[in-house]
Amino acid sequence: MFAYYLELALRSLKRSPGLTILMVLSIGFGVAASMTTYSVFRAVSGDPIPWKSSQLFVPQIDMWGPTGRGDDGEPPVAMDYTDAMKLMRDHRAKLQSAMYQVSPSIVPADASKHPINVSGHAVYSEFFPMLDVPFKYGNGWSADDDEQRAAVVVISSKLNEKLFGGANSVGKTVNVEGKDYRVVGVTNDWNPQPRFYDVVNSGGFSTGLDDVFLPFERAIALSIPNDGNTNCNAIPAESGFVGLQHSSCVWIAYMAELDDAATASTYKAYLDGYAHQQQQSGRFAWAPNNRLRNLPDWLDSQHVVPSDTKVSLLVALGLLIVCLVNTAGLLLAKFLRRSSEIGVRRALGAQRLSIYAQFLTEAGMIGLAGGVLGLLLTGVGVASVGWVLPKDIAALARVDLMLLAMTLLIAVVATLLAGLYPTFRAARVQPAWQLKSN
Amino acid sequence: MALHPILAALRKHKSGVVLISMQIALTLAIVCNAIFIIGQRIDRVNRLTGLDEGNLFLVTQQWVGAPSGDDPAGVEKLDSMQKEDLVALRTLPDVASVASINSLPLLNSSSNGEISLKPGATESKGNTRTTFYFGDEQMLSTLGLRLIAGRAFNTGDIQHHSFRDQTEPSIVIVTKPIADKLFPQGSAVGKVMYLDGGTTPTTIIGVVERLQVPGSGSWTNNFAYNATLEPTRIDHNYARYVVRAKPGRLEAAMRAIPPTLYKVNPLRVLDDDSVKSFADIRASAYRADIGMAILMGVVCLILLGVTAAGIVGLTSFWVGQRHRQIGVRRALGARKIDILHYFQIENLMIAGIGAVIGVLLALGLNAWLMQHFEMDRIPLAYVLVGLVALVILGQVAVFVPARRASNVSPVEATRAA
Repeated sequence: MFAYYLELALRSLKRSPGLTILMVLSIGFGVAASMTTYSVFRAVSGDPIPWKSSQLFVPQIDMWGPTGRGDDGEPPVAMDYTDAMKLMRDHRAKLQSAMYQVSPSIVPADASKHPINVSGHAVYSEFFPMLDVPFKYGNGWSADDDEQRAAVVVISSKLNEKLFGGANSVGKTVNVEGKDYRVVGVTNDWNPQPRFYDVVNSGGFSTGLDDVFLPFERAIALSIPNDGNTNCNAIPAESGFVGLQHSSCVWIAYMAELDDAATASTYKAYLDGYAHQQQQSGRFAWAPNNRLRNLPDWLDSQHVVPSDTKVSLLVALGLLIVCLVNTAGLLLAKFLRRSSEIGVRRALGAQRLSIYAQFLTEAGMIGLAGGVLGLLLTGVGVASVGWVLPKDIAALARVDLMLLAMTLLIAVVATLLAGLYPTFRAARVQPAWQLKSN
Repeated sequence: MALHPILAALRKHKSGVVLISMQIALTLAIVCNAIFIIGQRIDRVNRLTGLDEGNLFLVTQQWVGAPSGDDPAGVEKLDSMQKEDLVALRTLPDVASVASINSLPLLNSSSNGEISLKPGATESKGNTRTTFYFGDEQMLSTLGLRLIAGRAFNTGDIQHHSFRDQTEPSIVIVTKPIADKLFPQGSAVGKVMYLDGGTTPTTIIGVVERLQVPGSGSWTNNFAYNATLEPTRIDHNYARYVVRAKPGRLEAAMRAIPPTLYKVNPLRVLDDDSVKSFADIRASAYRADIGMAILMGVVCLILLGVTAAGIVGLTSFWVGQRHRQIGVRRALGARKIDILHYFQIENLMIAGIGAVIGVLLALGLNAWLMQHFEMDRIPLAYVLVGLVALVILGQVAVFVPARRASNVSPVEATRAA
């Protein structure tokens, strides 16, 4: 029976080719616009570390008080040196790391090459196990190295390619900011997007990747400058990098791993206890106003998904709806015009259900054709977001099997939905009425 | 022409009419808001920076193993390195002028603070937000800023200090919006103010007409042209130089920079981004806005195309369906133009209803976007222009099928359907 409906549908579609093409184009463009913007949305709204994101927390301490809060009463989004060091020393979470963005120069061993500039972070040893950083060679450094302020470095596989031709460089030496460092690990293509461990400085997404990781306390001791944002509520009393460390300016990111809700609430209580203690000692003249958000909530609060991306997706969905209404209108006209044909079929004994099957088959075929066109247009769309959107975001949008399957599925399901009402009307055609009028 | 027969006919196609006017309403709602977004983005991109942008480029470079700048000897060393670079760049044949600078408009790297007329007023409501530009005596001329009062910096004014040194300058130049806000009556030149809640007085020696802040995001919207220029070379492990090339020599001048700087001191980092024309800085700052405008434009085109095609398709169908009735009307004396008008008026009614609902939807959508995203209220003009445009679109789309209808011969009346 299905084959018969297919044949009927084909014949009907061929009878009015202009209208058929119109419907297919409409579905194709509608689906392609939605899927193209969705591919971008999917790329920027993804969870960068899905297996662990609910156990990673970002603490915020209100060291500025009421004058430094935004209209929403939120404390600063980064930490000052004093509080970050206190949290590191207390070591209340399973794993934790303070970090700050650095941009040191690397001098290649080959003297004929010019120095290069890399970006990276100064972190603690627990950064690597906490974020499950994958290693190609070697590993992170030890807690002992943290304490010793050891001259050790973890480099990216990209920098390893550049400096050592991709060979296992563990134990070799890299010159960072004029000082020699021993390579202890090479990360394996690790470039999470959004760069969730420091969204404040990366703005979420970045085209480059972190090429070096240095021990935090060593970077501080050598005054490797902070390359990220520094926000001050008051002018530092002393000048220089040491002055920054003694000030209440915020420039340090912090992340902690807390395994379950109970540990998280204990940690929050610890933060509040600390702030309370600071209040009693007179450093804070206000009640504790701390935050402890897990990673998904933190990314959300930092508006990591650009609002342009959301608006584009909404507008594209609106376009899809218009295309479907358009298709519904055309299908309605088309189906009702065949009232006499329906009348004949019904008079000859066709059930209402058969009429449903026949017309939904026709709608489904249009949807399928629209979906195939949509696939092509989505491919074109995703390929061309590169010269419409900012590079850091455009680079993340890609076509994969999932997207293709969704394109086809949405096209077919949406067209069937659009065909539902026209089909319902077609099935209600009274056979006697139609036969008489002829 | 009597509307009655049209209304009667429409009642017969209720669901078709509802669907097409719904489509028109949705199209209007989305197109109005999309065009409003495009308009806003174009306004943003067309904002003036205050610079004479042609022939301007920026050099950003970093020294390797430079002193930290936290001790006086380090600062002096860094400053002499910077001065060496400036001298070398100023002697290049294709270069008109060079200045030391910390940032440029649209570069999105900035140092911001507050100005007050009272000393020690930290974080108080009456303070004026500002960005700070640090540069030497050639900053104004190289940037091409228009001085409207007072004087520019001269060589004797220029100080230098480390990046993290918070010493307040004794003299500054401000932009007109700051001068107007702080001193609404009379000239700002010679007046005293306080920076960042400090207690050291700073005197305004000049006012420039316009200079945009480096930040291009929406967070700078409330102080987009509040800039304070300090006569200071900042000494840090990196330095920026803004260069004006001689007319028509931009590319040649840019090419000459890396070899010249490497010759002065090879121990430095210069990468692909180190020498950047202002046109490139502008393009990357507004890339997202232009992209959004293009995207919205494409969506609008598709929407209008689909809706126009939908009207053509549906009307064609109705014309086909009513062939016989048209024949009867023609046989009873209706002229071709009457038939044409019939379909045009029918479309006008459908599009009109759709457009009115669309206006409400457009305003609703805008209100919703305002609530959830950074969006301004849509001016009514946009919506009204959208309404007229959609009605015209409907008339254009209906013309071809309506003319076909008007060509139906009266003989049709005698034929069986």
